[in-house]
Amino acid sequence: MGMTLTEKILAAHAGVKKVEPGENVWVDVDVLMTHDVCGPPTFGIFKKEFGENAKVWDPEKVVIIPDHYIFTKDVHANRNIDILRDFVREQNLPHYYDVGTERYKGVCHIALPEEGWTRPGEVLFGTDSHTCTAGAFGQFATGVGNTDAAYILGTGQLWVKVPETMRFEIEGKIPDCVMAKDIILNIIGDIGVDGAAYRTMEFAGSGIEAMTMEDRMTLCNMVIEAGGKNGVIAADATTEAYVQARTDKPYRIYQSDADAKFHSVRRYKAEELQPMLAMPHSPDNKAGVSEALNVKLDRAYIGSCTGGKYSDFWAAAQILKDHPVKVDTFVVPATTEIARQLQENSINGKSLLEIFKDAGARIGEPSCAACLGGPSDTFGRLNGAEVCISTTNRNFPGRMGSKSSQVYLASPYTVAASAITGKITDPRDYLA
Amino acid sequence: MEKVFRGKAFVLGEDIDTDQIIPAQYLVYSLEKHGEREKYGEYALSGVPIADSGLPQGNIPLVAEGASESEFSIVVAGKNFGCGSSREHAPAAMQIAGIKAVIAPTYARIFYRNAVDGGFLIPVESIVSLVENIKTGDELELNLLEGHVRHLESNETFPIKPLGQVEEIVEAGGIFAYARKMGKIGASANV
Repeated sequence: MGMTLTEKILAAHAGVKKVEPGENVWVDVDVLMTHDVCGPPTFGIFKKEFGENAKVWDPEKVVIIPDHYIFTKDVHANRNIDILRDFVREQNLPHYYDVGTERYKGVCHIALPEEGWTRPGEVLFGTDSHTCTAGAFGQFATGVGNTDAAYILGTGQLWVKVPETMRFEIEGKIPDCVMAKDIILNIIGDIGVDGAAYRTMEFAGSGIEAMTMEDRMTLCNMVIEAGGKNGVIAADATTEAYVQARTDKPYRIYQSDADAKFHSVRRYKAEELQPMLAMPHSPDNKAGVSEALNVKLDRAYIGSCTGGKYSDFWAAAQILKDHPVKVDTFVVPATTEIARQLQENSINGKSLLEIFKDAGARIGEPSCAACLGGPSDTFGRLNGAEVCISTTNRNFPGRMGSKSSQVYLASPYTVAASAITGKITDPRDYLA
Repeated sequence: MEKVFRGKAFVLGEDIDTDQIIPAQYLVYSLEKHGEREKYGEYALSGVPIADSGLPQGNIPLVAEGASESEFSIVVAGKNFGCGSSREHAPAAMQIAGIKAVIAPTYARIFYRNAVDGGFLIPVESIVSLVENIKTGDELELNLLEGHVRHLESNETFPIKPLGQVEEIVEAGGIFAYARKMGKIGASANV
């Protein structure tokens, strides 16, 4: 019996030849990532458990990317940035992307690949549930809490229960109006918000092979919304080109064996896929966009680790280049690199940034911003009973701020088309 | 670890996510500092829409206004409790509010893991959802030795699953205590 891609990575990092789903193993960690919300309590636990003078296990493997509450007057949030700085100084950590400096990046899950921290075959833990995004690079990546992160900081190891793998095969050519976001919303709607609980979601097939790295990241990013432990896509030439452009570090490519045992295999025909929504208040509350037309909106939001990548803005700009928005529209590039690309890249001689501004959208600073609500002065936060369509990842009650708000999750195409009309709109109406 | 204890039930529905357990705006507070730590108790489960808070009738907050500890100590919930983010502040906030155990048919894995590895509370898996059988305010006895939860007024018992592989970590009080016991890390904080 062969092994899945995830089982192979975990076996290699546990120093054993074979692992079985359900088994607990201790694995060696290649990278630990933390941010401004969970870093400070993690460092507190680390000191409490290992001692005031303890040193982290390997400064080269600790990556700290503040991104959650950055552009706020909240004194407690700003204190958390100071705690990060103190710890970085005291531990002499080289990989810190500090706020207010040239190094500042923004959303950690996008900054990690941009900076070469996502490498095939490695084990990445992060103190954020969307750490699963990095599975797009053919590695094992998952979110952990502060205590587990503190344990890793001191030892470089963590116990993992080996997950069963659910395989999702997408075959054929994906229609131009359908984005990776539509595909993952469709899958989550099919299996439910706990449909992959404790399991791996592995994506494969010709539809996946044709995807860019950013599209693959969108798929893996939202596996947590189905309860998945990790999402993974086998690395290929597309992955290698992306990784090699950003790091010289060695990596190892694993594939699932032909005789690997999967929990289940689901197959989707790419040409049957359509623009999708998750309606309030759950990511699995799916509907085709065409089933929810004319829902009146107060706001549109384009941003986050899920829908704030360059390709997401490029898609939105295809629609917004010719039309002004009708509702408050917030544009938040995930990282400073993406913000720069919005300035530098243009469509018909107009930069993406100008397209968004001319359409009437408001542009925010790179960060997580209103995806998770945050302090009351957060850019784009839903502070009342607004109805919002968003490219983000969660729409549980109160996720983007107020408990009385309602959030529809959709692709950047659908969000842009809906921003123009002020109601949920099929992007096919605006795509040639 | 207490293996048999009694407490008042606080009942919730399905898919209670971590933004409902502790809304993100409060994550700025320190979990250690006196005067801030208590806020986690004050705001625990404050993100649950009030109509769904304290079932079946709803409109019952876990923690009374102005308090940081709850009169309830056992949360009974539907499937997939703790889904959403990886914030360990979620089980920590519940512990600070006085919650000792959750009883739900299934959990989201990061919440479950955080509850166990941080030693915050015991995530007990019931065989079926008990949301229909138990009302907020009912007195329960959780018996981990015999594997059931007992409704004190009716004397009805409901089976729960054994903790299984994580029992040793729960018994030790978290991953650090467990790792010390197993000799994986040094015995004291300064080793």
